[in-house]
Amino acid sequence: MTTGTEETVVRAETAAVSGDDPPGARRSERLSAVAQQHGALVTLAVVVVAASLGFDTFLTGDNLENMALSSAFLAVVALGMTFVIVTGGIDLSVGSLFALGGVLAAWGSQYGTVVALLLPLVVCGLVGLVNGLLIARSGLAPFIVTLASMLGARGVLLALTDEGSRTYLVDKGSFFADLGQGAPLGIGVPVWITVALFVLGAVVLRRTRFGQYVYAVGGNEDAAALMGAPVARTKVGVYTLSGVCAGLAGALNAAWLVSGVTILGSGMELEAISAVVIGGSLLTGGFGYLSGTLVGVALLKVIQNVINQIGSLDSAYQQVVSGAFLAVVVIAQTWLGRRQRVL
Amino acid sequence: MLTVTGLCKTFPGVRALSDVDFTARAGEVHALVGENGAGKSTLIKVLTGVYQPDAGELAYDGSPVRFATPLAAQQAGISTIYQEVNLVPLMSVARNLFLGREPRGRLGLIDFRRMHREARETLRGLGVEVDVRRPLRELGVGTQQMVALARAVAVDARVVVMDEPTSSLEPREVRTLFGVIRTLRDRGIAVVYVSHRMDELYEICDAVTVLRDGRVVHTGQLAGLERLKLVSLMLGREVGEVRAEGLTKFSGTHDAAAQPVLEATGLTVRHQLAGVSLSLRPGEVVGLGGLLGSGRSETAKAVAGALPLDDGGVVVAGVPVRPGSTAAAIRAGISLLPEDRKSEGIVPGLSVRENIALAALPGLSRFGLVDDARIDRIVDTFMKRLRIKAAGPHQKVGELSGGNQQKVLLARWLALHPKVLLLDEPTRGIDVGAKAEVQALVDELADDGLAVLLISSDPEELIEGSDRVIVLKDGAVVRELTGDEVTEDGLLRAIAAEPGRPAEPTRLAPPAATPTAAPASPPAAGPAETSAGDSDG
Amino acid sequence: MAELSFTQGTLDRARLLRLSQEYGVYAGVVVLLLFNFVFTANFASAENFRTQAVQVAPVLIVALGMALAIGTEGVDLSVGSVMALSTSLLSLYLGYGPWVATLIALVGGALIGVANGALVAFVGVQPIVATLALMVAARGLALVLLPQLKDVRDPGMAALGSGDVLGVPYLVLIAAALALLVAFAVRRTTFGRQLLAIGDSRPAARLAGLPVRRVLVVVYVCSGVLAAVAGVLATARLTASDPTSLGTLMELSAITAVVVGGTPLSGGRVRIGGTVAGAVLIQLLTTTLVKHDLPPSWTQIAQAVVIVGAVYAARERGKR
Repeated sequence: MTTGTEETVVRAETAAVSGDDPPGARRSERLSAVAQQHGALVTLAVVVVAASLGFDTFLTGDNLENMALSSAFLAVVALGMTFVIVTGGIDLSVGSLFALGGVLAAWGSQYGTVVALLLPLVVCGLVGLVNGLLIARSGLAPFIVTLASMLGARGVLLALTDEGSRTYLVDKGSFFADLGQGAPLGIGVPVWITVALFVLGAVVLRRTRFGQYVYAVGGNEDAAALMGAPVARTKVGVYTLSGVCAGLAGALNAAWLVSGVTILGSGMELEAISAVVIGGSLLTGGFGYLSGTLVGVALLKVIQNVINQIGSLDSAYQQVVSGAFLAVVVIAQTWLGRRQRVL
Repeated sequence: MLTVTGLCKTFPGVRALSDVDFTARAGEVHALVGENGAGKSTLIKVLTGVYQPDAGELAYDGSPVRFATPLAAQQAGISTIYQEVNLVPLMSVARNLFLGREPRGRLGLIDFRRMHREARETLRGLGVEVDVRRPLRELGVGTQQMVALARAVAVDARVVVMDEPTSSLEPREVRTLFGVIRTLRDRGIAVVYVSHRMDELYEICDAVTVLRDGRVVHTGQLAGLERLKLVSLMLGREVGEVRAEGLTKFSGTHDAAAQPVLEATGLTVRHQLAGVSLSLRPGEVVGLGGLLGSGRSETAKAVAGALPLDDGGVVVAGVPVRPGSTAAAIRAGISLLPEDRKSEGIVPGLSVRENIALAALPGLSRFGLVDDARIDRIVDTFMKRLRIKAAGPHQKVGELSGGNQQKVLLARWLALHPKVLLLDEPTRGIDVGAKAEVQALVDELADDGLAVLLISSDPEELIEGSDRVIVLKDGAVVRELTGDEVTEDGLLRAIAAEPGRPAEPTRLAPPAATPTAAPASPPAAGPAETSAGDSDG
Repeated sequence: MAELSFTQGTLDRARLLRLSQEYGVYAGVVVLLLFNFVFTANFASAENFRTQAVQVAPVLIVALGMALAIGTEGVDLSVGSVMALSTSLLSLYLGYGPWVATLIALVGGALIGVANGALVAFVGVQPIVATLALMVAARGLALVLLPQLKDVRDPGMAALGSGDVLGVPYLVLIAAALALLVAFAVRRTTFGRQLLAIGDSRPAARLAGLPVRRVLVVVYVCSGVLAAVAGVLATARLTASDPTSLGTLMELSAITAVVVGGTPLSGGRVRIGGTVAGAVLIQLLTTTLVKHDLPPSWTQIAQAVVIVGAVYAARERGKR
């Protein structure tokens, strides 16, 4: 008890002298910030090294190509989700929109590539816009609005496909199919597109005024409003963006599979949220990186791949692992966040 | 620069401002002072566009204006620095400084190099050297305040309103802040400064406006205005004014037992309390005086286990109470009637009956099932005894008047048969009739053998209600008034006393000037220096 | 609800809003019942009502737990996955007899509830996030334990799923009993009062010395156990364990039932009667659409519209 008292006094004194904060606290804070930003990357490296040592089939061109392709679609969805989560919101409708985008693209591909691409983007963007308006203008809780539109979008999807019994096919020779199937320089077009989108997204998030508003709204909404940030417009923007991303990912997926498969996408919202959070973004908003999201996606997919390689394990372990991972990350974030706030 | 005339603002049931005139002049630091409920914050909110006035004129730069939103006021050049820093803690200093007006280069992308350079220069101009790329929250609160100030100045503010900016600053940070304020003043910016710290007001402010009960009671230059006079203006009591007959419903003194039932020693909470010690005996009412922000409510909360203590402890009837737990404090017999009745006291959606029974529930149930008959009996008893006016026990508490809400809260605690009752502003915001009833009740409870701690910013209530008064300042006990000293005069003098120079020779050295002086050993050891007051009664 | 607001548009708007929040759900049920009596063939038969009641039972049971969580200003998104977990545990341990297996399934639900509650009450994670993590993990766990659909051949379970007392199916009786039990707990126990106080004003509850953390943990445990019960009953009715699809979107149906029933998302109030009516309303809506040969996709769209409408109508409450 006595030592505790002394410590408090000493800390109070240093604080008074140094002006901003006790150096010890700053060091541990830096450490926790590093853990938050690069924890996922370190974990990814460890898993990759372990997997390539454990399985001959892991570090092969085919396997890597496969992982990159299957990551691409999730990554595009997670890109939009990152924007939403940085504003402190959540979008549960992306899984349905992903499926809807795929079906719309496959249906539209009979009218040419432009329709096949634009139709899913416009429709899913509109759903996102409605989400955003309900959340930003009417002040409804994001999770319930997007949960409802998840259901609504799935309903639309079923209505379009004769209650899920009809599958629209993409003509294999079309330019649209090439978007999914082509592989210049040995790397699939969806991967190229994903990389381009992440570069563009990172520029938007870090280097434009809109990006600054996204961080400000998530960091402290009231302050952002007082500082003149267009809070409602920013929120509408991120939900629309998330809808567009989900639609685009669905369209690319349809091009890859050369058909609009209706049963895809359920549970994708959780995968995307997991990827974003594992990548270091705070679910409470105001902090997050697209590079982290990319690492989060890669980590999820590598774990999935490893579980598949083990063979004896069911793919369901993937969910257990990512659920547990999510819980651990969230606990760690809450704990780190609390320590950082107590200054 | 900014002038308001004949300003009125009414909220349902409350006249927050009536006929207020106020002028902030360029190149002047203008103090705005008053106790809680005086209308300071309402006035600030009208100035900054949060509220719209019901009547009166707002003139800015000589022409009448009307601010529909805080943003409109800000764009016109009126910036506000709030008590809690209103910036985005996770963003970097420079980003905060430039949000919404970032310098942009080619392709419309933000030019970070220029932004960082300009941010550094702006802050340097205010005497602050920081790494502008660091997240804001890594800085001390004081530096964060500077950034907020810098932002205000950078958006070409011509009026800066500061609402208690120093309440969570270290002394060194206060020095820097004052330096910045002087810089602003010299640049011809009008500063409106709200604070309760006498010493700061006299150090930094040129003019002062005193508000009381929504009216301006004084305005003029600060220099030449005596501290004592200022305090008496704020509290609405003339020095030396002694009424023949009190207006409150308090009777005289009580017969207190000899042994204290509650002893608190060296209560310390960082930034809020610095070693407050006090003891309460059964059957006495002890007043806790001091200006707003002196640590009155914090002391009550610390005793009731609602604030985590950094040091010190509470002993009830010889048994130490586990600190930082309201449940433990309640079990020990300590009950707190919180200051913020609406958000911390009542549960608005529940009925009168449920609210009264809430804390006593475990004792009123068998195997987790609520014993309705017993609750009805208790509720009935208290509704009659405290004369709670409600449509019935099933009316929602949120629909009652303030006075009746307060009585419901009192009933909640009395149903627990507490040993110690901490009353934080029990009569604020309730009508005259209910006020008298609550005051009479406090007397009655003390006569029944309860130890009562009474907090009030109304000096008359404090003096007439209490057997002795402990005066706080900046989170520490500065004076204890006992016996004949318990007068409004004595209270005002104790509050206005300048640091280090007590207005009157004190019998009691200010205890616990250094936190380490308080014994850190288990608090069972009796407080040596604070058992003053034994001489009275 | 919509019909009402059209015809009485002249009434005081605020009062109408309050009335529709309080009694809109009952009015909706009555309107749908009347509509079906008149326009739907074979609606007014005992057999039909039995089918409807059996179908609504699991949703209702889950919604009861959800109502408690929402009453504390929280939410439990893991309920659907808990149903899946309980069906996996059930068929895994059925060898020890139906009672033991059911007990283990319920314990599983309780453990998920403990995890949720601990994250919310002790770690301080937002309820949405905490239960989202458990939602992923519990579904995965269910699939690990039981990778694919498995038939449940147990006479006891079969009896539970299709048996009845005086024509009332066991499932309906259990759901009704649980609804009464939860309503009783909310109204008549210390726990219920404390729950409402915590949801209404957490600072006041804390200062009044209430065991805030303990109450929160118990609430999430209740929600978990009730979801597990729903999982067991659903398994009994389907005579199969299907951890892949059982309980998907259940969280949404449960939230809809609670919100439509007039329990505000802002906490402090739990309306069990309204929740029951809300669950019935959604069931009737589905039936109406199905019986009139509208595809299931319409049902989903209609449900999405109903939930947004209900939340939108309840929005004014939170702003007072």
